[in-house]
Amino acid sequence: MKRQLPISNSQLLFVALLALIFANFTSAAAQTRVPTDDEVNAIARKLYCPVCESTPLDVCPTEACHQWREQIRSMLSEGKTEDEIFQYFEQQYGARVLAEPPKKGFFWLIYLIPPVIILAGAVILLRSMKEWTTKTEPVESSETPAAQDDYLARMEEELKKQK
Amino acid sequence: MIPEFGYGVLAVSFFVALYSVGAAVYGAQKKSLAMIESARRAMLLLFPLITISAATLIYLLVNDHYEVSFVYEVTSRSMPTYLKVTAWWGGQAGSLVFWSWLLSAFASAVTIRKWERDIEFLPWVIVVASLTAAFFLGLTVFYENPFMRFWSMNGSVEPSMFPPAGATLFTPQDGRGLNPLLRHPGMVIHPPMLYLGFVSFVIPYAFAIAALITGRTDDRWIRLTRRWTLWAWLFLSFGLVLGGRWAYDVLGWGGYWGWDPVEIAAFMPWLTGTAFLHSVMIQEKRGLLKQWNMILIILTYALVIFGTFLTRSGVLSSVHAFAESAIGPLFFAFIGLTFISSIALLIWRWPLLRAETEMKSMLSREALFLLNNLLFMSVLVVCFWGVVSPLMSELFTNQKITLGPPFYERATAPLFAGLMLLMGIAPLSAWGHSTIQTLGRALWKSALVAAAVTAVAYFTYTSNLIALIGFFLIAFVVLVTAQEFWRGARARQSAQHENFFVALTRLMGRNRRRYGGYIIHISMMMMAIGILGIEIFQAETQNTLKQGESLTLENYTITYREIASWDNNGAGVNYTRAVIDVQENGVYLGKLTPRIDYYFDSQQNMTIPGQRSTMRDDLYVLLVDWQPASADGATFKVFVNPLVNWLWVGSFAFLAGVLFAAWPDKDPAEERSHTRQVAKQPSAAD
Repeated sequence: MKRQLPISNSQLLFVALLALIFANFTSAAAQTRVPTDDEVNAIARKLYCPVCESTPLDVCPTEACHQWREQIRSMLSEGKTEDEIFQYFEQQYGARVLAEPPKKGFFWLIYLIPPVIILAGAVILLRSMKEWTTKTEPVESSETPAAQDDYLARMEEELKKQK
Repeated sequence: MIPEFGYGVLAVSFFVALYSVGAAVYGAQKKSLAMIESARRAMLLLFPLITISAATLIYLLVNDHYEVSFVYEVTSRSMPTYLKVTAWWGGQAGSLVFWSWLLSAFASAVTIRKWERDIEFLPWVIVVASLTAAFFLGLTVFYENPFMRFWSMNGSVEPSMFPPAGATLFTPQDGRGLNPLLRHPGMVIHPPMLYLGFVSFVIPYAFAIAALITGRTDDRWIRLTRRWTLWAWLFLSFGLVLGGRWAYDVLGWGGYWGWDPVEIAAFMPWLTGTAFLHSVMIQEKRGLLKQWNMILIILTYALVIFGTFLTRSGVLSSVHAFAESAIGPLFFAFIGLTFISSIALLIWRWPLLRAETEMKSMLSREALFLLNNLLFMSVLVVCFWGVVSPLMSELFTNQKITLGPPFYERATAPLFAGLMLLMGIAPLSAWGHSTIQTLGRALWKSALVAAAVTAVAYFTYTSNLIALIGFFLIAFVVLVTAQEFWRGARARQSAQHENFFVALTRLMGRNRRRYGGYIIHISMMMMAIGILGIEIFQAETQNTLKQGESLTLENYTITYREIASWDNNGAGVNYTRAVIDVQENGVYLGKLTPRIDYYFDSQQNMTIPGQRSTMRDDLYVLLVDWQPASADGATFKVFVNPLVNWLWVGSFAFLAGVLFAAWPDKDPAEERSHTRQVAKQPSAAD
C-alpha cells in the first residue's frame, strides 16, 4: 500500500516556496552582515599604507587609511575574497601596497638574489675550509685519551696559568 | 649674535679637524714627532670646541630662540626643559653635531692614553678619527647648519645663516615642537645609545686602518680595541632594545620590531659587529682570519655611516628623495670613498695578513665560528637587500614596492635557528680540533634533556612545529652553557680545593670574557623566548564597546567602564583616557587605562596602551581611533602577547653579561707589583 504524505500537494508547494524565500533571505542577510573589525584587520594587516612609509594598514592612524579599511569592509560584505581585495588595491595604488611584491618579472630578482649570494658565500667558505684542512695531517682519532679529556686538559692548562 | 658664535665655533672645529688630518699625514710621512704631536693636540682641541658649539645650541633650544630654524623645528614653548635639551638630537642638523661631539670625545679618550708601544699607529688613528669628524662637521657647516635663522624679505621668510641684503630677522611666536612620538623616555635615550654604539665602532676601524697602513698586522690592533668594540656593541645592542621597547609602548601596533628600513639600518652594523666580536677571537687564539677581520671592521664602519645617514634623512622613501636631499649624495660619496680606499689598503696588505696556522678540523671551534660568521653575513645580505631593493625597483621599473615583515621573517628565521644551534655546539668544541665523537660525547646529555623539555612543551603548551624547534634550541643552548659553568667550576673546585661557589666566582672573575659571553648567550635565549612568544602565539581582537560591555580574548575579559577627555594646555596636549576592568577567568585583576594623547602643535596622535605584564603574557589594550571615542562607544584593540616580558628581562641579563665581559680588569702588571709590595710589608693585622 502506498503511504500517503501527511500534507497535500498545495501545502508542499507552499512550504517549498517558503523555503526558497527563507533561503534567499538568509543569503541576503549573510551578504549584508557587516564584517567585524577583526575580519577587516586580518586583511588590512597584510596591506601597506600607500601614503605613510612602512605602516601596515591595520594600524595606520591617517584618515586615508581609515577610508581604505572601510573599503575593505564593504568589499568583504560584497563577498569579495582576500585575493580579490589585494588585487583591487594593487591595481589602484600599485605593488607598494602589498607586504611583498608579486613573484613575477623583475620582482623575481628580489627573491632570488639573497639566496644566490648566501649560497655563493657558503660555497666559498666550504672550499676555503677544505683547502685549509687538507693541508694538514689527518686529525688524531677521537678515541685517544687526549681527545676524550680535551675539556679537562683545557681547564687544567688554564688553571695552571691562573695560579 | 649667539647663533653666529655657535656657528663660528663649529666652523673653526671643522678647520681644526682638517688641520689635524693634514698634520698627521705630514708627520707620519716625514717621521716628525712634533707634527704628529701637533695633530694630536688639534684633535684633542676638537672636543672642547664642539662642546662649546653644542652648548650654544642647547642654550638656544632651552631659551625658545625660534628665530633659529632648527629650534623652531624641534621645540615648542609647551615642552619641558629636559625635552628641549634632548631635542638636540631630535632633528638632522642637531644630531650631526651630536655625532661629531661624541666622536671627538672618544677620539680624545683614545689619544690621551700612553702611546709608547704603539706610536706608529697614532698618526693614522688621528687621520681616520679626524677625517670622519671633519666630514660630519663639514655637513653641519655647509649643508645642515643648526644655527640658521629666519629672515623676512618682501613678504617671504627664508632660513639663512647670514642676513640677505635688506632682510629683517623673523621670530615665530612658537616652535613646531618635537614629534610627540619622540617624547617618550625610551626615545630620549634610544638615539644617544645607538649613536654611542655607532661612534665607538669608529675607533676599532681607525686602529685597523692604522694597522694596514703601517703594515703592523699582528693582533695588536685587536687587543688595543677589544674593549672599545665590546662597549660599542653594548651601546648598539641596548639602543636597539630601547628602540624596540619604545615601539612597543608608543607606536600602538602591539609589537616591538617591524622590519622598518630605519630599524634595519641600525641592525646591520650590529650584525657585522657581532660577527667581528666572534671572529677576532680566532685571530687572537689561532692567528687565523686576519683578512676577514679587516673586511668585517671595514664593513661595520661603512654600515655605521650608512645607518647614521638612513636613520635621520628619510631618503629611503624614494630615490627621488635621495637625489633631492642635499646631503644624500655626499654621504654616498663619503661611504664609497672610505670603503674603496679601505679595501684598496686591504688588498695592498693582503699577503701580510696570511694565516699563521692552518685549520685542522671542520668541527673545531674556529670552523664553527666561521660558520657563525657566514650566518651573520647571510642575515646581513637579506637585510641589506631588503633595504636596497625597493630603491632598485623604483630605479629600474619605476614601480615602488614594500618589503614587509614576511619577507624578512621567512628569510632570516632559519638563519637565526642556525645561529642558535651553533651557540649550543661551539662552546663545547675545542680550539684546533674536534671530531663528531668528542662533540657528540659532550653534547648528547644536553640534547636529550632539551628533547625532554620540548616533549613537555608539546604536551602542555603547543603543537606548533616552529615553536617546538625554537624551544628545543633554547633549552639546548641554556643547558650546554649551564654545563660549561658547572664543569669549569667543578674542575677548579677539585684542582684548588675550593668551595663550589668560590670556585665558580673565581673562575668567572678570571675568565670574564668567556663567562660574560656565556651570560650573553643565556640572555639571548631569554630574549628568544620572548620573540617566539609574541611572533607565534600573539592573539588579537578589536571591537567597539558601549559602556559596561565586555570583550573576551584568551583568558582575559575586559569591560569598558568610563572615558574622560581633558586638555593640558601647559603641555599642549589633549588626553582621552578610557578606564577598563580586567578579569582573568572570571577573577578581577584590576583596571587599565589606555589613552590617546593629541598634540596640538604637531596635530599628531599618540596611542598609549594599557598594559598588564607578567612573565607568562602581556595583556595590551589600545584605545584605537577607528571610531571617535565617547561614552556611547569606544573601539578597543586587545592583544595577548605571550612570554614577551622575557625579551625585556633578557635584555637586562644581556646588559649584565656585556658589562661583566667588558669591565676593566686590573692591569696585570699593576696587580703583580701591588702584590709584591703587599708581600714586602707586614699586614696591618699582624
